[in-house]
Amino acid sequence: MSILVNKDTKVICQGFTGKQGTFHSEQSIAYGTRMVGGVTPGKGGQSHLNLPVFNTVKDAVRATGADATMIYVPAAYAADGVLEAADAGIRIIACITEGIPVRDMINVKAAIRANGANLIGPNCPGLITPGECKIGIMPGFIHKPGKVGIISRSGTLTYEAVWQTTQSGLGQSTCVGIGGDPIKGLDFIDCLALFQADPQTEAIIMVGEIGGTAEEAAAEYIQAHVSKPVAAYIAGLTAPKGKRMGHAGAIIAGGSGRAEDKIAALEKAGVTVAKSPAGLGEAVMAAIKRAGSRE
Amino acid sequence: MNLHEYQAKAVLREFSIVTPRGLAITAADQCAAAAAELGGGGWVIKAQVHAGGRGKAGGVKLCHSVGELKTAAESLLGSRLVTYQNAPDGQPVHTMLIEEILPIARELYLSIAVDRAAERIGLVASSAGGMEIEEVARTEPEKILRETVNPVTGLMDYQGRNLAFGLGLAGDQIAAFVKLVKACYRIFLERDLALLEINPLVVTTDGRILPLDCKMGIDDNALYRQKALVELADFTQIDPKEAEAHTHNVNYIALNGAIGCMVNGAGLAMATMDLIELSGGTPANFLDVGGGATAQSVAQAFQIILADANVKSVLINIFGGIVRCDLIAEGIIQAVKKVGVKVPVIVRLEGTNADRGRELLANSGLAIIAANDLNDAARQAVAAAA
Repeated sequence: MSILVNKDTKVICQGFTGKQGTFHSEQSIAYGTRMVGGVTPGKGGQSHLNLPVFNTVKDAVRATGADATMIYVPAAYAADGVLEAADAGIRIIACITEGIPVRDMINVKAAIRANGANLIGPNCPGLITPGECKIGIMPGFIHKPGKVGIISRSGTLTYEAVWQTTQSGLGQSTCVGIGGDPIKGLDFIDCLALFQADPQTEAIIMVGEIGGTAEEAAAEYIQAHVSKPVAAYIAGLTAPKGKRMGHAGAIIAGGSGRAEDKIAALEKAGVTVAKSPAGLGEAVMAAIKRAGSRE
Repeated sequence: MNLHEYQAKAVLREFSIVTPRGLAITAADQCAAAAAELGGGGWVIKAQVHAGGRGKAGGVKLCHSVGELKTAAESLLGSRLVTYQNAPDGQPVHTMLIEEILPIARELYLSIAVDRAAERIGLVASSAGGMEIEEVARTEPEKILRETVNPVTGLMDYQGRNLAFGLGLAGDQIAAFVKLVKACYRIFLERDLALLEINPLVVTTDGRILPLDCKMGIDDNALYRQKALVELADFTQIDPKEAEAHTHNVNYIALNGAIGCMVNGAGLAMATMDLIELSGGTPANFLDVGGGATAQSVAQAFQIILADANVKSVLINIFGGIVRCDLIAEGIIQAVKKVGVKVPVIVRLEGTNADRGRELLANSGLAIIAANDLNDAARQAVAAAA
């Protein structure tokens, strides 16, 4: 088991014939992902990387039965791409594109919520179930099938967590890069619920960062609903207070957005928090040990 | 991207919001003409910088003669205004806004921003307008009124009325406020704002409602479709090294420490700064070379880091995903050869093509220290800077 994607997931790529889409589709195919085609409007009927190209996501779904997509189209067209995929009935939509205007994402999120699809990102590395399905830009070889579920707001910090759990031999069940944008698809809580229900996942790593209140909300959720050991790292403990123009962001967000407050909330919920990004592997080991001694 | 007050008020007027009458000046000898055009016997003159807290910092002055206006303009134009939001260096003042003085009865607060938790656009209003709105939110949360906007319907009249009555407005002011807040919401949407803050929004003794100050920030991701606003960008308000980095697509923030950092990814860059402090050192900067780093952008980033005289060692931390470590190594070698680095450079490479990158560095003949892992890299960088 794993969450969201596995060896049977049929994946297409939107922005398939572009530079990014081509490179990362090749990587996904080489990793063993079940890629079934791609979409580039106007190039339908052609073949690319030995796979069929379609004009619309609807055509691609009809012909291939695809249930997941990875989106590499430029920011100005990404909102359109996400909604096209959702409308065509795609279940897993990983939007890798960064730089999407927040106004677009507010509308996309409202529509996705009504549609029920799982959006991952935008501005994220994607998601991977090691050895089975790689949807996104992460380097495949650092992963190893195993028992830790990873959820991260930051791309390259996800790789740190992955690498440390690979080196310690624990491996990963599924890794989800949820992305760093203020309005995004799946959040910590959505992924925590999935990992809690997944029998393969024995422990969870959460990588957060300063800004917003998603980590505090996750801490409350963990306290109430997650019995598996959780380790976390929050980036930005030493980040200087940004130069801000006004106060509205902080007031609307409610919480402070500070790393100290997030760490305190997580520790209160029984999460083992690593002080250093280099300590994630050890932290999840310690969390597993603590959980073992409680039983 | 942020706008100055006088620019933000011009945007308000485009959407039929009445603002205090005012004129922007860039030289003290323009005061007399501005005063004559505005008329009356008193004016307020305000330094235009991208920061709050201008009043307390001496950047806002009440004047009752052209002579006083000129004195204020002469003392502020060409200076750097330091407020609690932009300390320690402050920002240069090259424009001032002269406005009529309004007879103020009440000071309110109104802002619009993205409410991350609700995943909608959120409005905040308060009867406690003035400087310390964050303090009000902490100590008197009941004075903070909020509405979030359903993107399907847009801001509804009833939401405007909720705020208006909550603020204690009455009579004609209710309709006037609803009209104003709906115009602000339209501006927020149509101009792709990240922040619109009016503090204070004043009620005059004769019952009018006007924005006395206004801050606007534009969503950087939307600048490609806000060409008219991009024209208003004022790069003098940004640290020159940060502005330079911006032109090379490198995300750089200057800090005060001794260890220069070059990292890929914002999260890992912050984490690297954390690790440096945990190891007893101080970071000289935040620098994210981004996902599309090339040998050339790495070389540019290197030069930006080394332009800071406080840098005693450089820590390069790259976890290659899309970015290939061999390309990063080439960039480092190019840069070191070109600019002649005199401080120790510690490099930690991991991920895609890390082995080839390490090999390139080892064979370069340059004094670059390879680190075994993240902890080792931080330790060596801190030791080298001591």
